[in-house]
Amino acid sequence: MPIPSSLVTLLVGMALVLSGLWVGYNVNLLPLDASANAPVYDSLFRVLFSIGTILFVGIVGLVLFSLWRFRRRAGDHTDGLAIEGNLLLEIVWTAIPAIVVLFVGIYSYDIYERMGGMSSLNDHAAMHRMPPPETIEASVMVADASTVSGGGTESSPRVWGGIGTAAGEANVLPVEVTAMQFAFIFHYPEGDITSGELHVPNGRPVELRMKANDVIHAFWVPQFRLKQDVIPGQPTVLTFTPTKAGSYPIICAELCGPYHGGMRSTVVVHEPDAYEAWFQKNSPLTATVASAPGNPTA
Amino acid sequence: MTVASPNDFQESLQPQGWLRYFSFSLDHKVIGLQYLVTGFIFYFIGGALAGVIRAELASPISDFVGRETYNEVLTLHGTVMIFLWIVPVVNGAFGNYLIPFYVGARDMAFPRLNAVAFWMIPPAGILLIGSYFITGAAQSGWTAYPPLSITTPALGQVVWIVSVLLLGGSSIFGGINFIATVLKLRRPGLKLMQLPMYCWAMLGTSILVVLSTPVLAGTLLLLSFDIVAHTGFFNPAMGGNVVVYQHLFWFYSHPAVYIMVLPAFGLVSEILPIHSRKPLFGYTTMVYSILAIVVLGLVVWAHHMFTSGTPPWMRLFFTIATSFIAVPTGIKFFNWLATLWGGKLALNSAMLFSCAFIVNFVFGGITGVALAQVPFDIHVHDTYFVVGHFHYIVYGGTVFVIFASIYHWYPKFTGRMLNEDLGRLHFLLTFLGFNLCFAPQHWLGLNGMPRRVAEYDPSFTTLNQISSVGALLMAISSLPFLYNVLVSAFRGEEAGDNPWNALTPEWLTSSPPPVENWIGEAPLVEHPYGYGVEEDTLSLEAATGRDLWGGAGRR
Amino acid sequence: MTSLATNTSTSNAEAASAQAHGDHADLRLFGLATFLVADGMTFAGFFAAYLTFRAVNPLPEGSTYELELLLPSINTMLLLVSSYTFHRSGRNLLLGRMGPCRAWLLLTAALGAAFLAGQMVEYFSLPFGLTDNLFASTFYALTGFHGLHVTLGVICILLVWFQTRNGGRVTSAAPFGLEAAELYWHFVDGIWVVLYGILYLL
Repeated sequence: MPIPSSLVTLLVGMALVLSGLWVGYNVNLLPLDASANAPVYDSLFRVLFSIGTILFVGIVGLVLFSLWRFRRRAGDHTDGLAIEGNLLLEIVWTAIPAIVVLFVGIYSYDIYERMGGMSSLNDHAAMHRMPPPETIEASVMVADASTVSGGGTESSPRVWGGIGTAAGEANVLPVEVTAMQFAFIFHYPEGDITSGELHVPNGRPVELRMKANDVIHAFWVPQFRLKQDVIPGQPTVLTFTPTKAGSYPIICAELCGPYHGGMRSTVVVHEPDAYEAWFQKNSPLTATVASAPGNPTA
Repeated sequence: MTVASPNDFQESLQPQGWLRYFSFSLDHKVIGLQYLVTGFIFYFIGGALAGVIRAELASPISDFVGRETYNEVLTLHGTVMIFLWIVPVVNGAFGNYLIPFYVGARDMAFPRLNAVAFWMIPPAGILLIGSYFITGAAQSGWTAYPPLSITTPALGQVVWIVSVLLLGGSSIFGGINFIATVLKLRRPGLKLMQLPMYCWAMLGTSILVVLSTPVLAGTLLLLSFDIVAHTGFFNPAMGGNVVVYQHLFWFYSHPAVYIMVLPAFGLVSEILPIHSRKPLFGYTTMVYSILAIVVLGLVVWAHHMFTSGTPPWMRLFFTIATSFIAVPTGIKFFNWLATLWGGKLALNSAMLFSCAFIVNFVFGGITGVALAQVPFDIHVHDTYFVVGHFHYIVYGGTVFVIFASIYHWYPKFTGRMLNEDLGRLHFLLTFLGFNLCFAPQHWLGLNGMPRRVAEYDPSFTTLNQISSVGALLMAISSLPFLYNVLVSAFRGEEAGDNPWNALTPEWLTSSPPPVENWIGEAPLVEHPYGYGVEEDTLSLEAATGRDLWGGAGRR
Repeated sequence: MTSLATNTSTSNAEAASAQAHGDHADLRLFGLATFLVADGMTFAGFFAAYLTFRAVNPLPEGSTYELELLLPSINTMLLLVSSYTFHRSGRNLLLGRMGPCRAWLLLTAALGAAFLAGQMVEYFSLPFGLTDNLFASTFYALTGFHGLHVTLGVICILLVWFQTRNGGRVTSAAPFGLEAAELYWHFVDGIWVVLYGILYLL
């Protein structure tokens, strides 16, 4: 008994969607998720991966099927059907992708908002929240004076881009990041620590205030799913909350010169008490060990 | 009044035979082939540069070439492949060869301007390649972002700017010519909506060229002032703004993607119906989708800058605009699928490359829609994911179409057929090598390998080596191709005038065509895709699913 | 097998005459207009850059976006009048009155030259140099690029003036040279008006 083709189409389509979903949710292409926004990112990734798999397998399947089913048999010199178009079909395959991309766009906007991307930078109040308290202000000045040419020095530290802190977030650990050819220097205004590695406590939001001395660099931690260009003359900010202790690479992702590939560092996520110990050990206020790797001007 | 045609320019003054390909010829077919061969020379140079990159990346440490050299090589690779290979070939070569046929003209609207545009390319290419040997090439990537491009050795960067300005000028002249030819030079009686799709693609492309390339030219002028005259437009140390450069640069360089891809869409639209023996499905929507891509293509540039200092509202706008480009692009792909459906597909090299183009481009398009999403992009921007993505677009998309077009139009160029067995071997090697080379790069990018690096985390070694093997396969794949095109020119099977039984006008004359394209009057082709068995015409609404699945032609 | 003949017709008689020798209508003005669109985009890029700089990049202490208005305003008037004089020249050419045509042409060139002279005077009287600050650089780049266009325009006008001599290539029957120069000149004037608006008035 012949099976109706509509039924075949339906079954093939359902199998396609199910296998796409299965691939999207079971094939893991991503590294460890070590920040609060990484799982959020990963859920977006899974959705995109599923949709992409369904589309790709479907279209490739159609191409292969056509190539096999409609191949020209030897000796056949006839033409195919003179079908020049079909309005209904055109409407369908305009509308469906439009709905899909609209859905994806809105969904990714939502994800972006949850990552803090829309929160602070455009918000006037948040911009004014940016100038840190007195003590930190002073150390910023010191840092500014000590770095080489530093680019345009502005009276008020305007933040040009990045991912800010959600409004009202307390207990943020501020770290000043200076990128130069070919290293990142981290400065902790709270303890006046200068370090070549980034040490952060697990679970506490960290706000990186980033500036570059020479050319554009980019601060990237794959395990945090975050990246922000560090731009000379245009301070940027990047906020994240680490969620898993461990050491992860910091990678410069913007071509910055011959040693671009070697411009790497490490972010060490400590458990809070281990971080406290590190902090006490390195702060010049409590010990004299610090600042040895530090002064960028050298 | 009338204007002198190239014929009045005294044929006798123009060299004949093979010499004309080295002359300031005004014949659009000669210029087209000049573009094509020049383009292929630069393709092999750019391929050799890619070979250097893949050899360096076969090991995780920087050991194959010096670090400065590596940056020069990657800059040259990008610049050569974009400005000297893909743009000149899909626009200049096929555009010049085919457009006058398609509009029923004897030549382009401005033959002399056309020759000037071509002859700007060799000096630009020689400058660019020569700079590597003489002054040291630019080291700041094909994007030449300041302040890096200001602080790297100035001479190489300035030569790079001069070269790109020349190529941009060539591109603008070409664009003006195509617009005038398509809009103003159509044979009497030929309507716009009867033009073969490649004309529409070239019209859209040329609009993009004319609107966006000058902005790049102006930007590079400002950049050269920064380098030579020490102004501070893009130099933050002098109060300049580097992000403005990025905006201006991408205002050209995103449309540049469509400048490379739209003509490929057009070429595929010519090839598929002929080898499927079916009309191009949905002509009207194809035209409107090209126009939609042109309009949208001009307002999506900042998606290259999601991690730069762009304000959030801008990221949102560009995410949405970019995502929506998938809609007209999707329409084109579904139309091609529908063109294949129910046809009589000849599985020759041209068809195989065209279908592989669909597969590769769909893959690149899907990763493209993903990249348009700000949160997604923030992780993978400037990584090997992006490298994989855009090679799927420009190599898997456009270069595959260039090869398909060579197999399709070679009989027109030379009057002889290419060898099909060698062609299929070429296809197989290219397709395998290409996917082996670029598919793993997506994973590398997701897991932490940034682009433009000479060294990387040792845990990525295996996949990079697989990628390098793929690149080697691609290099090998050009051997049967080269042998095929060189030998077939002399010993290939005689093609006759119209080996594919095609209806588009370039086939309705001898192969190779005479100087003014037609002996006598140009044919009026009102149905360039009028294939198909009319009596079998079947309305889709009335057809049963069984008819459709069965390819109703065989009832 | 479908026949090729059904889809192609080679019997369009009216086409024959135009097609026989590959001649076609003069598209040079159309080509020039397209080129001017491209050229206008270069200016548009500069304007966009200038406006962005101005909006987001504060100038160092003591510098200002303010400029003297008198000289540039006179210059603007000169250019606007020159557009009119060029128009008069073109009208006279089409009417075959070569004498007035050439006189108006010369006047146009003189106005253009006066504009350039005025620009020079302004350059030398400005308190800032090319590399002083972002505004200075942008100012010189914009006005300089425009000045280059004016210079080119004046040279073109003089060439056209030469070609309108008795026995020259530009005649009322073959006005292309003058029409092209006129189109270009109006374009350059139009760009100046925008430039004046955003650089001096804004």
